[in-house]
Amino acid sequence: MEVYLDHAATTWCYESVRDMVIKTMMEDYGNPSSMHRKGVVAEAYVKKARGAVARQLKVQDKEILFTSGGTESNNLALMGAAWANRRQGRRILYSAMEHAAVKEPMKRLEEQGFETVEIPVDGQGVVSLAALEGALTPETILVSVMHVNNEVGSVQPIEEIGTLVHEKVPGALFHVDAIQALGKYHIYPGRMGIDLLCASGHKIHGPKGVGFLYIRGQTKVQPQILGGGQQDGMRSGTDNVPGIAGLGAAVEEVYRDLDKKVAHMYQIKGLLTDGLKGLDGEKAVIHGMPVLQGAPHIVNVSFPGIRSEVMLHALEDRGIYVSAGSACSTHKRQKNSPLDAMGVDKGQRESAVRFSFCEETTEEEIRYCLQALKELIPILKKYARR
Amino acid sequence: MGYRAFLIKYAEIALKGKNRYLFENALVDQIRRALKSVEGDLRVRKEQGRIYVECHSETYDYEECIQVLTRVFGIVGICPVVILEDQGFEKLAGDVVRYMETFYPDCSQTFKVNARRARKSYPLQSMEINARLGGVILDAFPKTKVDVHHPGLMLNVEVREKIYVYSQEIRGLGGMPTGCNGKAMLLLSGGIDSPVAGYMISRRGVSIEAVYFHAPPYTSERAKQKVVDLAEQVSRYCGPVRLYIVNFTDIQLYIYDQCPHDELTIHMRRYMMRIAEHFAVEDKCQGLVTGESIGQVASQTMQSLAATDQVCTLPVYRPLIAFDKQDIIEIAQKIGTYETSVLPFEDCCTIFVAKHPVTKPSLKSIERSQERLKEKIQGLVEQAIETTEIIEVGVQSI
Repeated sequence: MEVYLDHAATTWCYESVRDMVIKTMMEDYGNPSSMHRKGVVAEAYVKKARGAVARQLKVQDKEILFTSGGTESNNLALMGAAWANRRQGRRILYSAMEHAAVKEPMKRLEEQGFETVEIPVDGQGVVSLAALEGALTPETILVSVMHVNNEVGSVQPIEEIGTLVHEKVPGALFHVDAIQALGKYHIYPGRMGIDLLCASGHKIHGPKGVGFLYIRGQTKVQPQILGGGQQDGMRSGTDNVPGIAGLGAAVEEVYRDLDKKVAHMYQIKGLLTDGLKGLDGEKAVIHGMPVLQGAPHIVNVSFPGIRSEVMLHALEDRGIYVSAGSACSTHKRQKNSPLDAMGVDKGQRESAVRFSFCEETTEEEIRYCLQALKELIPILKKYARR
Repeated sequence: MGYRAFLIKYAEIALKGKNRYLFENALVDQIRRALKSVEGDLRVRKEQGRIYVECHSETYDYEECIQVLTRVFGIVGICPVVILEDQGFEKLAGDVVRYMETFYPDCSQTFKVNARRARKSYPLQSMEINARLGGVILDAFPKTKVDVHHPGLMLNVEVREKIYVYSQEIRGLGGMPTGCNGKAMLLLSGGIDSPVAGYMISRRGVSIEAVYFHAPPYTSERAKQKVVDLAEQVSRYCGPVRLYIVNFTDIQLYIYDQCPHDELTIHMRRYMMRIAEHFAVEDKCQGLVTGESIGQVASQTMQSLAATDQVCTLPVYRPLIAFDKQDIIEIAQKIGTYETSVLPFEDCCTIFVAKHPVTKPSLKSIERSQERLKEKIQGLVEQAIETTEIIEVGVQSI
């Protein structure tokens, strides 16, 4: 039996997405920038996808910019907003839960003379509003907070943070990495006070290599990729029509009956977490927020004494695919990780495994997984490094 | 005017007395193998104690040609050659001036002409060619001078059917052509040292096979892929490598159950040696090769090495035995295995390491704990041998 429980890393495409990608690769393959009919046809796909995304977020079409994925969106939003607004100030805040696609640009900005400040989180991985409020000075130009954390599934109070940022420093921009949140939550930048929002196609059953960035109205962002001036000069390069069309189709489908899908994922999550609690003499430690408060699709758990990688490969042997902490977990990565920020000790960090689902994950798959864990834990514990 | 041939220089082979032709033929074979992947019709010719690579197509890729030739063991130097038709001395003189203009445009260094008349029917003797061509060059390039003892530029002119002119020499790797000195089995771990050890031993003309021990689920599919990649990188020098991939998990767990933990690594290595030797004997290898260096880690002290050697009958070659880590890293960087070696995947040596492994194991105590393995170990070893996967690495390039 093959059980894929790594949907937060990536997942399969919807059939509607596949059809859209094939159609725009094989039939309507034009370049949207071309003057002729082929170009016009291709452009229509991009427009339609832009419309689909904008409708879902309840924003204007022209506020949506397509990119090569979540990482590019984050880079463009952070580097672009920092440089375009550097005359207002040089201070940037970001939460300790951020992904490397945010933390690495922060390091670069720090080297370039910006002042970047990490905002701590509590033991459940939730940003401390008091710390954030204290850090918001008039020089602050940008605040970056991840909606749903990819490793532990902690959910930030985005609307509250948005209100706080704008009340305290009216000129500051609020950036949200919503890569794991899209398709699990309704996200409305207008009402939530979000100025910049990143998302990716392949986390919501769309294609890899495509994502988008929402940029509110007149927000100043300096383009990072220069060239032929596509997308109003904000992101040059021939539009990735198959990716964009696929992303549009995925956004439409993932939000259809969202409440039902989310309810199903919570049910799956509950089944897994209840099962885990019964395993291993109740020594398994589940990280993050209480089941129903955390994201519906992510469970992060430590089996103390069993190294993440070993558990991962042992499950792989039985056809079960999970992830060790985050998708790429090396020795280096374990420091400065969300678990580290949450104050989780080294032994638990080194034995953390992430299970993540989608709306099609079945109870049978979870039971199979729990049975495998039940068999594996005693064997793997016996051969731990002494 | 461009280079249309390469003169291949080799050193040690020339010392080999009556076996010399064997070594030369091995070198020619290795050069042919290496050139297979290069664009262009390149042919290898052995003539009067020299080896030439000649281009028979309109074009060929010069850079790539040099790159692959500098990876062939046994080659000391590669001289790019310009080939001229023999149309009388006046024509030759003109061509030599053009040669100098092309390759040494400023032409201010000292020089010497070194002619060699292999075709004795040529009207001028070697000394005459030297003198007359020297005069022509001095006339054409007033800034230059002759220096017969320490010339800045040695212009070689060989008169054969055609006339070969060369002056540049690109250094080769030296060593001896792969395959002329037998075959050995390399224990390849995925670390920095063992690929370098394989490279070093094959530089002495030894072809290699390799064996890797993996321990799923304790080591990942990626760690295995990393070893395949390393074998591929070493095979660029030593030719195709047969790689044995042994599943070592059950043996490891059994040792873990039965033996004192500070001796785990020693016992593991002893069984790795035994299994490697099994395949080595089967494939008629004359020795085992490891990347060990004295004192680098607990299992590489002289006592530990003695304890592992005890189980082998074949000689164990350790080309890095007296090398410092930094020296090994430098070679790894030079041959291009370093980047792959440092990828962070667990290999089976590190995962079961005790916190304080013995550094001076006594043979007696090792043998005593060996007794505890008696019951099942033979069966597990046989099972590991039976389930071994074989990958032929670097075969496409033959």
